[in-house]
Amino acid sequence: MTDSFATTVDEVTAALTTHGYLPDAGLATAILLALRLKRPLLLEGEAGVGKTEVAKVLARWTGGELIRLQCYEGIDVSQAVYEWDYSRQLIHLRTAEAAGQRGGMEIDQDRLENELYTERFLTKRALLRAIERREGPPPILLIDEIDRADDEFEAFLLEVLSDFQITVPELGTFSADDPPIVILTSNRTRDVHDALKRRCLYHWVEHPDFEREVAIVRLRVPDVDATLTRQVAAAVEAMRALNLYKPPGVAETIDWTAALGVLGATKLTEALVEATLGTVLKYREDQQRVRGPGGVADLVKQAFERGFAHS
Amino acid sequence: MDSPTPEAFAGRTTVAAPSQLAVGFARLLRGAGVAVPIASVIGFADALTVLGVETRDHVYWAGRTTLLTRPEDEAMFERAFAVFWERRHAVVEATEAEEQHITLTIDTGEDDDDNTDAGTPPSDDETIDLRFSAAEVLRDKDFAEYTSDELELSQQMMSRLRLVGTPRASRRLIRSKRSTGALDLRRTVQSALRTDGEAIERHNRRQGERLRRLVLLLDVSGSMEPYARALVRFVHAAVAGRQKVEAFAIGTRLTRVTRELSSRDPDRALSEAAQRVHDWSGGTRLGDCLRQFNDEWGVRGMARGAIVVIMSDGWDRGDPLQLAEQMSRLHRVTFSTVWVNPLKVTPGYAPLARGMAAALPYVDHFVEGHSVSAMEQLANVISGNVISGQVVPLQTARGNGKRASA
Repeated sequence: MTDSFATTVDEVTAALTTHGYLPDAGLATAILLALRLKRPLLLEGEAGVGKTEVAKVLARWTGGELIRLQCYEGIDVSQAVYEWDYSRQLIHLRTAEAAGQRGGMEIDQDRLENELYTERFLTKRALLRAIERREGPPPILLIDEIDRADDEFEAFLLEVLSDFQITVPELGTFSADDPPIVILTSNRTRDVHDALKRRCLYHWVEHPDFEREVAIVRLRVPDVDATLTRQVAAAVEAMRALNLYKPPGVAETIDWTAALGVLGATKLTEALVEATLGTVLKYREDQQRVRGPGGVADLVKQAFERGFAHS
Repeated sequence: MDSPTPEAFAGRTTVAAPSQLAVGFARLLRGAGVAVPIASVIGFADALTVLGVETRDHVYWAGRTTLLTRPEDEAMFERAFAVFWERRHAVVEATEAEEQHITLTIDTGEDDDDNTDAGTPPSDDETIDLRFSAAEVLRDKDFAEYTSDELELSQQMMSRLRLVGTPRASRRLIRSKRSTGALDLRRTVQSALRTDGEAIERHNRRQGERLRRLVLLLDVSGSMEPYARALVRFVHAAVAGRQKVEAFAIGTRLTRVTRELSSRDPDRALSEAAQRVHDWSGGTRLGDCLRQFNDEWGVRGMARGAIVVIMSDGWDRGDPLQLAEQMSRLHRVTFSTVWVNPLKVTPGYAPLARGMAAALPYVDHFVEGHSVSAMEQLANVISGNVISGQVVPLQTARGNGKRASA
């Protein structure tokens, strides 16, 4: 079924571009393989290079529902897979008891228990929803920042991702006819377990090159002056060479361009850079480094040269 | 190499099946030191079937996506790819060739030649007599004066140290005996079933506890050498004995050695780590290494809320201002920062090394690290209950850099 989406790398690139994401050759290949081989895709890379965005654009393209599971320390089955709706179960128990008293009947414990553990009282969380049987295209399951979850959860995930099958002891086994397209992201605050990596295709997402970055920003913030966009991308590129604590990612370039657009700017000036630096650099030390000797003036000069060079 | 190679962009005329090509390439990668599990090879073969082997980029990216699991292996992949698929000759980097002398050899009883640090090498008969009470004597003996036999014995003593680490509240809720905290609806409903649906018995949950991550940074520069060979055993004991421990070697550059040291077998772990660390007994650039640690690991998450232990004598060839800046960055995210300096015990020691002086304001606990008993003390500091013989409550364990330097 997913075969119908794309059969070549170029088709993937074209489709993602149409839906607002410009992948490079490596990422497009990785996505094609994930679709064709039906394997989860693990994306690692610096914050702000567009890892999460991949899942979103896949959802837009395939029309599948985007199901997002944000990982955090301590996440467990009741938050990731399913939980019984205990409040409703309690109400149900009380109602049954009241009805039983009125009718003067003995309460049948077994029947009551069976009633409680039916799908009616099951709250489905992301993983279960992703493998449920459904009409239409398979959903996109985004497992975000897997490195934040615990090892135990990773082990559980491994099981789900190999069989696409989840067992609820009281109810039975859910399994997917058409497995979801799974994207995992990690910021690499710790190593994801090898066993999980083995299940996945792996791609390290790089910062885009200059022209691609300009194109991405143009795509995302189309209303802003084209020359300004080039200048901003050039300034960001120059910043990345400054050996900062947190070099700005594409997300920051987009934010910065949008911010300058709101201010009605058509070209980068020193005053504008000073005023909006907080949208790109979020460490005091980094801002100081950019404002240091030569600093902002230099940056604007470089941006101008680069910005006009190709336009 | 008798492995099959593709015709298309390699300019040959025979085409092997994708699976054969995948296996051949994987073998080459493994030979180059990249861990390639069989499942990945199957994945690569599948990918080649989908994409074909006609276009270089397709094969390249198919390989990257299926065979690699970490960016560190990229360079090796690049080289193997050139050799296998493009028939180019491997360019051997200088770093690979320099199999420099590594002092971290494993001391088997018979070789007495590398324990030059101890003034007089012990004769064989003496050692046997010593074994009896060796443990007692050894506890307070300076690491620098260890013989290789004693080093081995100290290994056993250190592996018995229990590094507990202070617990912190976890997001995971666990069953509580008391009737306070969040209601445990699951168990309440279950017991209500037993009482005809009447929720008489209530159950509660409370926050669980988790151990804090422990990060060990070991200075392996020349000046630390007599101590590093003993301290690395401490680090190994910590990594192999407990989860959530990360270990790095710092010298002229930063090397992560967690994986290498995680083997239970100390000899294997130590020799693997020694192979990984290229700059053993070289110079120190503490500031640069800490910056690299902060950028790539620490500030991103590894050091957050963790206990970070730096084992170094503080002799630094770099700029002390940079070291201070990096220490302050580190100190801002850690739960506590411990500096272990084996020289601290020297009579009349004052932190004169520029690096040490620059770092001290950002150190919570400044401890000795010259003997096994000092390591026991360190283990206590890490557990968060004893500092210099006094019990310190958890809340005040932070931000007392002043006292530590006193």
